Amino acid sequence: MTNLHNAAEEEQLAHFMQRIERGDKIEADDWMPEEYRLTLIRLISMHGISEIMGALPEKEWVPKAPSLNRKLGIMAKVQDEMGHGQLLLRVTEDLLLPYGKNRGDIMQDLFNGNLKFHNVFHMETKTWADAGIIGWLVDGAAIITQTNMLNASYGPYARALQRICAEEVFHAQHGESIIMSLAEGTEEQKAMIQESLDRWWEALLMFFGPASKETTGSSKQDLTIKYKIRSKTNEEFRQLFFDKYVPRILSLGLRIPDPTIRFDEESKLWSYKQPDWNEFKKIIKNGGPRSHARLNLRRSSYENNAWVRDALSVKVT
Amino acid sequence: MNENETVMSQEYKDAITSLLFQLADDDFLYAYRGSEWLGLAPHIEEDVASSSISQDSMGHAAMFYKLLEDLGIGNADELAHSRPALDRKNSVLMERVNGEGYYMEIPLYDWAYQVVRSYFYTQAKKIKIDSLCESSYSPLADTAVKVKMELYYHRLHWETWFKQLLSSTDVAKKKMDEAIKKVMDDFYDVFSYGNEKLLIEKSRLISSEEILRDKWKASIEQVFTALQMEVPKISDKPTKNGRNGEHTHDLEEAIRTLSEVYKFDPIATW
Repeated sequence: MTNLHNAAEEEQLAHFMQRIERGDKIEADDWMPEEYRLTLIRLISMHGISEIMGALPEKEWVPKAPSLNRKLGIMAKVQDEMGHGQLLLRVTEDLLLPYGKNRGDIMQDLFNGNLKFHNVFHMETKTWADAGIIGWLVDGAAIITQTNMLNASYGPYARALQRICAEEVFHAQHGESIIMSLAEGTEEQKAMIQESLDRWWEALLMFFGPASKETTGSSKQDLTIKYKIRSKTNEEFRQLFFDKYVPRILSLGLRIPDPTIRFDEESKLWSYKQPDWNEFKKIIKNGGPRSHARLNLRRSSYENNAWVRDALSVKVT
Repeated sequence: MNENETVMSQEYKDAITSLLFQLADDDFLYAYRGSEWLGLAPHIEEDVASSSISQDSMGHAAMFYKLLEDLGIGNADELAHSRPALDRKNSVLMERVNGEGYYMEIPLYDWAYQVVRSYFYTQAKKIKIDSLCESSYSPLADTAVKVKMELYYHRLHWETWFKQLLSSTDVAKKKMDEAIKKVMDDFYDVFSYGNEKLLIEKSRLISSEEILRDKWKASIEQVFTALQMEVPKISDKPTKNGRNGEHTHDLEEAIRTLSEVYKFDPIATW
């Protein structure tokens, strides 16, 4: 019996991998190996919750935005991010169904540290220039990784990303517009961007993840490539980021806070100073400068509003 | 009168200016209080919906400030960011904090208060905007038509919450009752034109305070009847009238936050 069972399962798996290789889209109700499901849950829940936790550092600057237009721009932007979070958590909820888990469990996983969010959203924001850097470079980095997954093998994720990436392009333009105004402004404004870039640079490099699992002890990039969820490695993403943004940063008269960075004509690769990957590990384990504060903010508001969710479960006639 | 007429009496201009400041400051503060909820709403779908409402409301404030700019009163951003609390004409209800705590730390905001304030204010705003669509000042009437389209959804949204929470658990009902009382204590100046009452009313810019107040009561009566509740009474003895620049400490704090970056260098382009 066991052998027969195994043979059937192997056949199912082989069929599944053929579909992946053919470029078929896998849908929520299709059979999928547990490894695939768990890889997706891990990736998409982390992406979704990062959108939601990412609203918090930017939200700090929503009321403070320095003009009516900037206020409107950043309000729209942060609203979009919450919308992305909502879309992605819905995709995750479908994947969680066989485990009997729901959104409440996703939130609990966030609060108890089992669900991580992107390193950049653990960082402190200090000035208005940070709102610009987040839009321009953090969202710019996200566009690089997310557009690579537009053809992801999992249909619901690929479709959610179509919309998300289109909106992220606006966000990057919004961030770039803030940065351009500061770059063309007073000496204090220019200094504000440089100071912000200096603080964010290392976090931006970390955003793409370690080059290999040897760096930090774990990396899921091999699995996501095997299942054609994405096609490029973390390091390839980081190189693309340099290709795109190093010239732009320099053209604004800003300095890259890494004196060693250079483009090697022969290998066509950038060499650069590695960020502190031990620090990265600490940050994503909720040991970053604002990890606890932001988690507490999210947790306290979740608990504070528990009565509302109870009230919503009462059917009104 | 409309913008094409070359002569606008000083009195008429003063009436428009005063009314526009009331409308602009109301929405500016309302949008701000809404934006403090960003990321903290009871669930993610609500976060998306109510942040859209805050964004629309900030857009309405921007349109009203722009009308003041067009009248030569000052630059819209300057009017929004640099006037001290004493010069502000928003209703006291709009400046009240969402609850205890600062939005960046661990705020204990009260969703019942957010729902009641938003529902009552949005309903009041609808009554005003309907009247402004007929305003003697045509740029204001044109703006009112644009605002009206978005307001439809805002009102529907808050009315749904209002009915749901008052038809659910005992905890929710108690919180809502408390919130209704708190909101009504501050509701008088929502329909007040302050010291400019006579000037504004005789300029035919908008209906009288009394007419609007009665319309507001009539407009929410059906909802209250369905909930087997009585329409709450608007206090006629306000402790403060925001239309006359009488405000609480909450407004000073709000302006400090709203203008923190702007005031770093008011001349600079941001």
